[in-house]
Amino acid sequence: MARIESEIGTPQGGFMKWIDDRFPFTKTMQKHATEYYASKNFNFWYYFGVLAMVVLIIQLVTGIFLTMNYKPAAADAFASVEYIMRDVEWGWLIRYMHSTGASFFFIVVYLHMFRALLYGSHKKPRELIWIIGMLIFFAMMAEGFAGYLLPWGQMSYWGAQVIISLFGAIPVVGEALVEYIRGDYSISDITLNRFFALHVVVLPLALIALVFVHLVALHEVGSNNPDGVEIKEKKDANGIPLDGVAFHPYHTSKDLVAIVVFLMIFSFVLFFAPDLGGYFLEHANFEPANTMATPEHIAPVWYFTPYYAILRAVPNKLWGAILMGGSVLLPLFLPWLDRCRVKSIRYRGWIYKSALALFAISFLVLGWLGLQPATGLYVILARIFSVIYFGFFLLMPYYTSIDKTKPVPDRVVYHG
Amino acid sequence: MTEDDVDRNRRHFLAIATAVTGGAGIALAAIPFLSSLQPSARALALGAPVEVPVGSLEPGEMIRVIWRGRLVFVLRRDEEMLSRLVNVTDLLRDPDSAVVEQQPRYAVNEYRSIKPELLVVEGSCTHLGCAPLAEFQIGPDEDWFGGFFCPCHGSRFDLAGRVYKGVPAPTNLRIPPYRFIRDDVIMIGADTGAA
Repeated sequence: MARIESEIGTPQGGFMKWIDDRFPFTKTMQKHATEYYASKNFNFWYYFGVLAMVVLIIQLVTGIFLTMNYKPAAADAFASVEYIMRDVEWGWLIRYMHSTGASFFFIVVYLHMFRALLYGSHKKPRELIWIIGMLIFFAMMAEGFAGYLLPWGQMSYWGAQVIISLFGAIPVVGEALVEYIRGDYSISDITLNRFFALHVVVLPLALIALVFVHLVALHEVGSNNPDGVEIKEKKDANGIPLDGVAFHPYHTSKDLVAIVVFLMIFSFVLFFAPDLGGYFLEHANFEPANTMATPEHIAPVWYFTPYYAILRAVPNKLWGAILMGGSVLLPLFLPWLDRCRVKSIRYRGWIYKSALALFAISFLVLGWLGLQPATGLYVILARIFSVIYFGFFLLMPYYTSIDKTKPVPDRVVYHG
Repeated sequence: MTEDDVDRNRRHFLAIATAVTGGAGIALAAIPFLSSLQPSARALALGAPVEVPVGSLEPGEMIRVIWRGRLVFVLRRDEEMLSRLVNVTDLLRDPDSAVVEQQPRYAVNEYRSIKPELLVVEGSCTHLGCAPLAEFQIGPDEDWFGGFFCPCHGSRFDLAGRVYKGVPAPTNLRIPPYRFIRDDVIMIGADTGAA
């Protein structure tokens, strides 16, 4: 009897066992959710990782639906975006979700990165998580830049002109490289077509792959926390960190609240100020690209303006390009620039606290300056804050090694 | 066969040889893909020279034409404008057109042009490629004798497209290759061969 049953395939452990014998479903869920232990003292700053994931999904879904009506050709692109905005059912909503999502992606990721600076999440043993995260940031910048060309407005065209021209500053090969990037003698239909391919295929694939690797690395090492204490060093009899709680259901249910609040803020901008007064969608971009005339005032979207301000602060083309590139690349080396033995700002001395505050201020001020014309006082201010920006990174090995630290507790503690 | 029987040198050689052969194959297979990103035959064809009639240009008048998708200014300077070119030489970074890539040989002269009055110059700032504005009047700044002003980052050029000192643009505006087909027609993009 038993033999017959097994022959007709009576399941021995139910459907899940059948799956698990063929695919590590339960094992994966345990490793990454139900038995992934993250510190119980996560605070506000720890929402931005999951929120970045939410925005990524918004961008992927809205992006897919936009490609169904968008035409990546110089003659049609601007009109097809207007067509989406006016004639496609709910097209305006999908397009505004995508453009608003782009800005929110950067807001969330900048805050996520700032969290690392606050609590030392870039420090040993999480150097690779930080580096992969920076690669995600670079992919996002490329994605934002390529995407901004697609509506083929005045700012699309001239913004791309300026940024692609930066490569022309490279000695000897510069001009040839610029022509290779554009695929033409000028920014043209050909350039638009390939930027579309980059924006909808190459870079999203890279982003998804990098996010996956980011999470694999994170779940191998374990999440940091506001105290910068390694919770894996104090475990109970079952090998579970004493200060850890399972990611699912504890952190997920709490994150759900953050996601709802985030979506409320997102929706407010989406419905009441989708261009956010010209910051999220620049006004000059509501005019089709015109090779004959540059807009009087040209500025990138807000999330690139800190770097743009650094570019303009330098009165030399090559050095401007080098310093701008340097300002983007420098954070990659943060794990090794930071010589402090203590991770969290809670136990660091006044020097790092002041340096981080100055850095945050300089980043914001540079961001504002990048939107202003490059004249007189603005240029002088941009130079001062550029020096602070670079000083934060380049002097870090020195000031973090002399900074007085407080003793770090063995276990996480609650404040307030 | 036990571990002792393994010829490690041979195995090492085979591993290296496989990696090198495979690597060379991938490198060669990459050529068509990377080459496909170069300007296509159509892009090259569309980049052909353009004829521009200049007979009807009044002194002091400028027209904008497109060659290879790029903006080109054609300006007929009057006597007074030409006389201003000597006033500014001390303010310029490269008054004698010493940077050879920025103009054809025949445009290396005090006017940066074939005929003194007719300036043919690319309307693309040598800083980051914005289109400069034509500001031909003198002043209001006391060191401004008319020329081209780039609104993006404040680069300044004189009436021969020569760059001022102390601005982000590193070189003079580029003079495209051109020639006179007839007295009143120029061809931009080619300076040799039949019309």
